[in-house]
This record gives sequence, structure tokens and C-alpha cells, in this order.
Amino acid sequence: MRVKSSYLPYFLILPAFAYLLFFVGYPLVQALYIAFTQNGQFSLATVRKTFADPYFWEALKYTLALAGVIVPTQVGLAIILALAVNRAFKGKDLTIYALTIPLTISDVAAGLIWYSMLSPSGFLNKLLLNIGLIHQPIYFFGYQYRHMEFLAIVLAELWRATSIVFVIILAGLQMISNEYLEAAEVFGADYWTRLRKIVIPLLKPSIQSALIIRTLFAMQIFGIVWILAGRDIPILAGEGFYRLTELKEYDVASIYALVIAGLSILLGALYIKFMKAEYLEVRR
Amino acid sequence: MNDETKFMLKRLAFYTFIFTVIAWIIIPIIISTLYGFALPKDYYDPKKVIPTSFTTQYVKTLLFTLGALDGIKNSIIVALITIVISFTLGIPAGYAVAKFIFPGKDTIKLSIVALRMFPIPVMAIPLVVLYIRLNLIDTLLGVALAHTAMALPFVVLITSSIFAGVSTELEEAGMVFGLTRLGSFFRITLPLALPGLAAAAMFTFVMSWNEVFVASILTLSHRTLPAQILSIMAGASGGAAPDYYKFAAAFIMILPAITFIFFARKYLVTMWGITLK
Repeated sequence: MRVKSSYLPYFLILPAFAYLLFFVGYPLVQALYIAFTQNGQFSLATVRKTFADPYFWEALKYTLALAGVIVPTQVGLAIILALAVNRAFKGKDLTIYALTIPLTISDVAAGLIWYSMLSPSGFLNKLLLNIGLIHQPIYFFGYQYRHMEFLAIVLAELWRATSIVFVIILAGLQMISNEYLEAAEVFGADYWTRLRKIVIPLLKPSIQSALIIRTLFAMQIFGIVWILAGRDIPILAGEGFYRLTELKEYDVASIYALVIAGLSILLGALYIKFMKAEYLEVRR
Repeated sequence: MNDETKFMLKRLAFYTFIFTVIAWIIIPIIISTLYGFALPKDYYDPKKVIPTSFTTQYVKTLLFTLGALDGIKNSIIVALITIVISFTLGIPAGYAVAKFIFPGKDTIKLSIVALRMFPIPVMAIPLVVLYIRLNLIDTLLGVALAHTAMALPFVVLITSSIFAGVSTELEEAGMVFGLTRLGSFFRITLPLALPGLAAAAMFTFVMSWNEVFVASILTLSHRTLPAQILSIMAGASGGAAPDYYKFAAAFIMILPAITFIFFARKYLVTMWGITLK
């Protein structure tokens, strides 16, 4: 029953909305207050202190670098996987099930799992040594192997979070009507033409939403990095965490929080500009 | 090369690709599980790729001595409180979005999505100050309140699409036969929406179960499983615990997740719009 003109819907929404507004609004105001005041006075001292710390710029650099490497690879990989799976073949259900397993695996667990794969006496090294491809273990962990640590994080994060992109894109693929494709086929378009002219354009909303959801979450990347590299690879969320829990520097931690918020709002603005809100809803 | 061999080769390439993908997902899980139970002498033996002798010692130590069992308990409590609060607040909102037309509806929906995108660290770090003042610091309720903020937008959107799927005519029929709007909600809409709501609850559970940043910052002695594991496994410089505890920890963390997705996989996937038999 679609009822117009009544206050009832507002009353129904209000509690949830107020709750969210409080948990977003209050921390934001509080963070601004802690970050920009000293002894009750407006002050930029904390900002200067944070910006003077080389770790801050390293963290910013690594957060953006990780997002820049992981997110496009993830989306590309997920598109290939979704296209491969979106047809009838033996073992299709099993494949989709396998691809969705990482959905429920936390970043901490994924970090630990990949540690067991990549550590000096881990599976990969032992396998390669025994086949005879390498003669000494490849070192992925430790400050002097930061590039390899970076690679390990990328591998683990690709393994863990590609499934969510895959699921979003597969859902998008399944919404594309077969009629378009059949019509194109009748007119003689081959697979690549159909892909380029029909599938990819119609898939654009799904790709965009996946891209931006992943980019936003990449700004907060934490558990996987903390497990695999600790502070060898500084990241924004990790530095905020370290400043707060180890050094009890609430003010500096708040700046880190605000920088993450700023980056997210910037990307969120792109998101609102390019997309509609419906993507989270189930469409049949 | 004739067409038939070409076709066979294509098929072979396709199945090789699929097989590689499945192996890429599954092998790390199997390996870390095996290592979780391997004896260190097997694990450090460079000749033994697959360990052959096993022990439950490290998993047990982690569970009973290092507090993983308490972590599991805490995680379950936090997730359950999160489900209760986020559904109490989220179901009315989801219902309103699904069944009413009102001015500002799209703006409200969009704001809810926007709030979902709000980064967790920004929420968690300033909350510490508030929680100290409210005596909520280091309590499971405090973590659950923050997890609710994280899960609520999702609950609103998912429940609204579930309610939208329940036929309006049935509700109207109920009201024609004398039920109030509230009555028809409880007697007709809710029972029909129940499977979908259960799936949404499971997803909420997983979200809370996996979350580590908020839980680590807001608690010290009452940690959820990921927070507990994180504090055992990684000091500030990383790599604090011996390898075999790391493997045991990976096993403890993924076991519930894998069990869960086995039971819930149908819902998890359909919620995102995919049909999987």
C-alpha cells in the first residue's frame, strides 16, 4: 500500500538515521576538535607535527600505491572471472562457490593464510626449492625486503577481496538481457565485438560501483598490512592505530582519521557524481 | 588444424583456467590448515612440502592459554548485540523505504549509502574519547554499538529490498479483512520476509565477526577474536608470534567462516543478485 502524505515513514526512518548521524557526526566533530585545538585554543601545532613526520608521507604514499595497484588488478581479474563463469559448463556452481569463499574470510585471517604460503619455510618456497626452480628461499618478510612485503600484501588482498568485486560484476552480467546479444549475433558480431559494444557498456554501472567501493575500502586497509608487514609498510589506518594505541597521541591519530575521511569524501564525491544509489539493492 | 581439435583445445584451455582459479583460492586454505596442525620439525624440514605428522597442541594452546576461546565468545556476543540493535533500528526504516512514497525519499536513501561509506578509523579513533567518558571503553556493548553503525545502512537497504519483494496486495487483503497496518505487518509481511531477513542477519554477523580495527581500538581486555589474534600475532613491528601459532590462528579464524559460508552460500550470493542453485 503506497500511502502519500503521512509522517509515518519519517518516524520509521528517524531512529536509524539519528543513530547513523550520531556515529558519523559526533566522531567527525570530535576529531576536528582534538586535531585543531590545544588547551582550548585553535592551533595548527598537531597538523605541523604530523606533517613533519616522514611516516605520514610514507603512509600516504603506500596507501595510495596499494590502492593503485590492487584495485584495478582486482576489477580486471573479476571481470575476466565473471565473463568466464557466466556461461554453462560442468562444475559452474562449484567454481562460483570457490570464488565466493573469501567473502567471509577476514583480512587478519587472510594475512595469516598468506604468511603460511610465503614465509621462508612456507609452502611456496618449499615447493619451488623441491622442484629445483630456486636454490634458496625467496624472502618476503622483513624490513630489508619491503618490496617483497608490498607484493605479499598485494597477493593476499587480491586473493581476499576479488570475490566481492566478482560477485558484483557477475550480478551485473546476469542482468544483461540475452536478447541484445542474440540480436548482435544475428547481425554477425563476433564474441569480441559483442563484448566491446554491448557487454562492457551495459556492465559499466557494476564496474563503477565495484571500483569505487573497493577504492574507498582501500583507503582504510589495515589488518592484512599489519599482519604481514607491521610498520615496515606504513599505511594511514595503521599509523593512526599505532599513534593511538602505542603512543596515546589522540591528536595525531585524529589527523590520520581526518586524512582518511578527506580522501574518502573526495572519492565519495566521484561516486555520487557517477552513480545512482540503487546498486546495493537486489534486482530480479 | 581442423575445427574439432580447435574446439577441444579451447575447451582444454578453458578448464585449465577454471582449475587454476579454484586452486588459487583453495590451496592457501588447505595449506594453512595443514600447517596449523603440523609439527614444527615437519614444517621446518625443507624437504617436506606437505607435512605428515600432526599435533593439536598449538591450536589448543591458542584457544585455552592465549585467549582465543574468550575471543570467540566475545565475537559472538558482539555480533549478536549488533544484529539485535541494527535490526531493531533498521527494519522500520527498511520497511518505510520499501512501502511508502514520501518527499525526500531518494535523498534519505542516498545519505544512508553515503554514511555506509564513512571510513571506520574516523569513527573509531574519536569514539575512544567519548567511550572513556561514558564508561563504555573496553566493553563489548561499546564495540557492538560501533559495529551497529557499520552494519545499519546495509541492514536498511537489504531489508527494504526484501520488503519490496513482499507483495503489497497480500498486505492490503489483510487490512481489508480487519487487520491494522501493524497487525498485517506482523502477521503477513514479516513471516514472508523472514528467510531474507535471516540471510541479512547472517551477513551482519560476518561483518561484525571479521571487523578488527574498531574492536582493537575500543577494547583491551575484552577482545573479539580478530582483535585478540592481531594483538598476539603482530606487535608494532610485526611478526611477534612464532610461525606455528600464526598457522594455528589462521585455522581458528577461518573454520567458522568456512562453515558459515557453506550453510549460507545460497543467501550470500542471492543477496547480491546472483542465482546459484
